[in-house]
Amino acid sequence: MIPGAFDYHRPRTLDEAISLLASLGEESRVVAGGHSLIPMMKLRMAVPEHLIDLREVAELRGIAVEGGQITIGAMTTQQEVIGSEELASACPILREAALQIADPQIRSLGTLGGNVANGDPGNDMPAVMQALDAAFVLRGPEGEREVVARAFYEGPFTTALGEGEVLAAIRIAAPAAGHGWAYEKQKRKIGDYATAAAAVLLELEGGTCRKASVALTNVGDTPLHAADAEAALVGSSLDAAAVEAAAAAARAIAEPAEDGRGPRAFRVHLTGVMVARAIEAAKRRAG
Amino acid sequence: MSKMHVKMTVNGSQVEGLAEPRTLLIHFLREQLGLTGPHIGCDTSHCGACTVDLDGKSVKSCTLFVAQANGAEVTTIEGLAAADGSLHPLQEAFREHHGLQCGFCTPGMITRAYRLLQENPTPSDEEIRFGMSGNLCRCTGYQNIVKAIRAAAAEMAAGKEAAE
Repeated sequence: MIPGAFDYHRPRTLDEAISLLASLGEESRVVAGGHSLIPMMKLRMAVPEHLIDLREVAELRGIAVEGGQITIGAMTTQQEVIGSEELASACPILREAALQIADPQIRSLGTLGGNVANGDPGNDMPAVMQALDAAFVLRGPEGEREVVARAFYEGPFTTALGEGEVLAAIRIAAPAAGHGWAYEKQKRKIGDYATAAAAVLLELEGGTCRKASVALTNVGDTPLHAADAEAALVGSSLDAAAVEAAAAAARAIAEPAEDGRGPRAFRVHLTGVMVARAIEAAKRRAG
Repeated sequence: MSKMHVKMTVNGSQVEGLAEPRTLLIHFLREQLGLTGPHIGCDTSHCGACTVDLDGKSVKSCTLFVAQANGAEVTTIEGLAAADGSLHPLQEAFREHHGLQCGFCTPGMITRAYRLLQENPTPSDEEIRFGMSGNLCRCTGYQNIVKAIRAAAAEMAAGKEAAE
């Protein structure tokens, strides 16, 4: 499969990338790891005339954990996320989720930024970012702005990222010490998108849940922030009734496509199963 | 959309050539450099037959433009044997333990295993399976592939110890 022809650009700074994007216009695309874009180009579902490769933009790389604030450059690869001990201790759900994405070769090039900015409902990190209430730092010709993950996704491959803007970094307030976390993903095989998946973060105090975050992957046109599921957990002891109420609230908002991953009813059911398992796993780890 | 001048280090040698930016690395390696070790299997980044080592990472060369690899250091299966032709311990182990049947996936398997053993020189069987999960064998000879990698890891650790 041979993609359409394009001119290749390799800017050294983010400003240079943004001005290239502005001057080359709408037939230009930025490429990070390329593991979503290149397959689309090989199928000629994407035919950019200009490809702006961000690989040498140093300011888009790096992981910083300072004073409870985590900043991750958009070009950080999944393998780098997995390999960061700093992230694993400040925000372990990121490693857990990254290990469930694609396979080792793809994780060595695929980036966190590409995964969250692409807008593919099958990508795993968007729901994790919604559970973490992360913010995306977007840079464009008019400067920098932040959009929270919970307001970023508008539809399949449609996000708040404006034309001419580039995702520069992801900012996350580190979850409280002692929080519980889990990313539970059901997939048919390694490398597959989720049949259903759930990201859960919990904070407990004396056996009572004082804070809960729940978000869902690949059971809608966008990642889904399950606010009603969270409400079902907060104030409870995470007993069976609360877990089932949260699972039911998640099922209520799931609208999965009917595809090779199963009929709609099955995927809705599985959404509840993933939520319940993620709550149980997060509860075991909290403390 | 003109051709670009591409330069990279492949198996320790400087190579250069003219290629369209859209040329996939696998095509550049096979068609322009004549390195037909890395195979085109699925052409959709699933099977791993095209795996090469790029700047110290395992990548699927069917999902990378030659333009992106410009300036990189690439190792293919052809680069693993020693200069005198003696096989890499992984190649020896795949032969010894019958780690291949039809052999189509083997260059990708060995090139991936080569990087895996640098990342983790003493993997458990589970870590081998997880580390090799981006490579598919349609003969389903996975048991012996795992066995071969385990044996190569032991062989390489013994060799390292002897050298110290």
